[in-house]
Amino acid sequence: MRNRGIGAALVAATAAVSLAACGPDGGAGGDQPYIAIVSKGFQHQFWQAVKQGAEQEAQRRGARVTFVGPATEQEVEEQLNMLTNELAKQPDALGFAALDSRAAAPLLQQAKASDIPVIAFDSGVDSDVPVTTVATDNKAAAAEAAQHMAGLLGGQGEVAMVVHDQTSRSGVDRRDGFTEWMAENAPGITVLPPQYGGGDQLESANITKSILSANPDLAGIYASNEGSAIGVIKGAKESGRDDVTIVGFDSGKAQIDAIRGGRMAGAVTQNPVGMGERLVDSALKAIEGQDLPKTIDTGFFWYDQSNIDDPEIKEVLYQ
Amino acid sequence: MTATREAPAGPRPRGRGPGTAVRGRLQQLLAFGSLIVCSAFFSVASPFFFTYGNFTAILFSTVVIGTLAIGTTFVIIAGGIDLSTGTGMALCAVMSGVFLVDLGLPLVLGVPAAILFGGLIGLVNGCNVAVLGIPPFIATLAMMLVAEGLALVLSDSAPIYFTEVEGYVDISTGNLVAGVNFPNAVLILLAVALLAGFLLNKTVLGRYTYSIGSNEEATALSGIDVRKWKIAIYAFAGLFIGLAGVMISARLGSAQPATGLGYELQAIAAVVIGGTSLSGGRGSIVGTLIGALIISVLNNGLQIMSIPQEWQNVILGCVILVAVYTDILRKKRS
Repeated sequence: MRNRGIGAALVAATAAVSLAACGPDGGAGGDQPYIAIVSKGFQHQFWQAVKQGAEQEAQRRGARVTFVGPATEQEVEEQLNMLTNELAKQPDALGFAALDSRAAAPLLQQAKASDIPVIAFDSGVDSDVPVTTVATDNKAAAAEAAQHMAGLLGGQGEVAMVVHDQTSRSGVDRRDGFTEWMAENAPGITVLPPQYGGGDQLESANITKSILSANPDLAGIYASNEGSAIGVIKGAKESGRDDVTIVGFDSGKAQIDAIRGGRMAGAVTQNPVGMGERLVDSALKAIEGQDLPKTIDTGFFWYDQSNIDDPEIKEVLYQ
Repeated sequence: MTATREAPAGPRPRGRGPGTAVRGRLQQLLAFGSLIVCSAFFSVASPFFFTYGNFTAILFSTVVIGTLAIGTTFVIIAGGIDLSTGTGMALCAVMSGVFLVDLGLPLVLGVPAAILFGGLIGLVNGCNVAVLGIPPFIATLAMMLVAEGLALVLSDSAPIYFTEVEGYVDISTGNLVAGVNFPNAVLILLAVALLAGFLLNKTVLGRYTYSIGSNEEATALSGIDVRKWKIAIYAFAGLFIGLAGVMISARLGSAQPATGLGYELQAIAAVVIGGTSLSGGRGSIVGTLIGALIISVLNNGLQIMSIPQEWQNVILGCVILVAVYTDILRKKRS
């Protein structure tokens, strides 16, 4: 019976990884308050920065956090499964960034019934359960990008958009915030229909090259998140077009280098580390029963060559 | 649970001889054993694992992958592969929204229509494979892309909400017995699994599925219209794509046009862990269900133990390797 190996191998693998992982034990106990955080994603540097901020704040304040999120920002069902599993661990508070807030409504009600305070972050939730929402105003941030783009182009020319997706709240807000500001304030600027690259660097690069071949007079390109921006930078470079004004979103090493090197005019950054810190701070206040404001705006900043080394900006950029 | 027998395969079945049925069952027992071992491990590791609430959560999270995996089992036993199940599911979810929300059809018409739409996706796959002779991997890869695009086109790239459709979410999250927390979705999965098991083991559809997967040429030589049956198998498997589309959109209360890519691989993983051979001719619905449950238990248990997420897929990948390797060992010995 060689086959008995399978069970043993499974156990061995799981046990080995549990030991190697050195993660906090998932059990109850411990007198530290435990905050479970379910995010929209995991692999993206932005979420890693939120995680870092949350962990820093938790360490400072003597709390325990776990941070999970689906592999991509499309996996609504996967996120619900994760939320279910986190609630099973009976946390003292829950941080939640909803991919689809209506889908999560029953689970949030369950959290409320169990007296677990819920703090929404990154985007709002259509429900009265969350005690507060810790987020960036994406529409206003995109309008800021549009304003700088218009200024850089002198209010004239054709502008293309490479957007990370057309289904998520942030994708829609960062698209509409940009186009609406242009429509209202920049009559001389023509905005081409948005193209979607799924936030994928390669796909966004290919889209950029197609846009550049189809529109030789193009003056500017706006990218709605880190992946899109890196793709746009690559695409413009491969097409040999360093005359196009590129405006991006978020940060990350590639974008920061492009701004320093002049390939990119500038970008709007959120404050992900601060978002994680405010999230944990709000959760701890909620556990203590303090009242919180309906929304906590974590802010956004325009950065370019002129201010990239300012301490205020340095603090919110992630590499 | 269905009783499983190795159906009489084509004229030259693999591994015929005494003990074939026993060996088939052995593979399932093995998979079941692994499931028990995993569960026992997590029960010891965390006080939150072995509870009724968590047990139903695990079953509930198995429904969508399990439904897709049942359909995929038929295709894989017949020697094919289906990569279009994930995005096809998203398209069927959107179609459910089109039928029920945009066209305002009643549930009794709209839900079957969405399921049949999945059958249509399968029918097209079957025709591409059997009539045009396009390899299944390529034919269904193309369909994966077509379905992904169509789902976005038909939904205007935005979720379609079923808020106004009375009783739709109850298909998934409702409880048949009021007050007993046991989601309908799980009952539906068990019902279709029983049905699929019956069809695979006791009917001509199942017999020809095994036979085509074991030896297509011999099946054709023995006078069976292989082309027709292949189309039938893909179309039948497509019904599960449609059902999964209904199940996921009922759970979410919305059709999410971009949620689906990746599910096809998880479904294939469940089928493979359950002991179905990718070279065709062998496999079972029970095995597939156990395979899907192993994936769910691992996902749930590792998260409940607060194992860092980066490691969870590493473990899942290793489990697939171990499962398939034991199968290979078994085959070598027989």
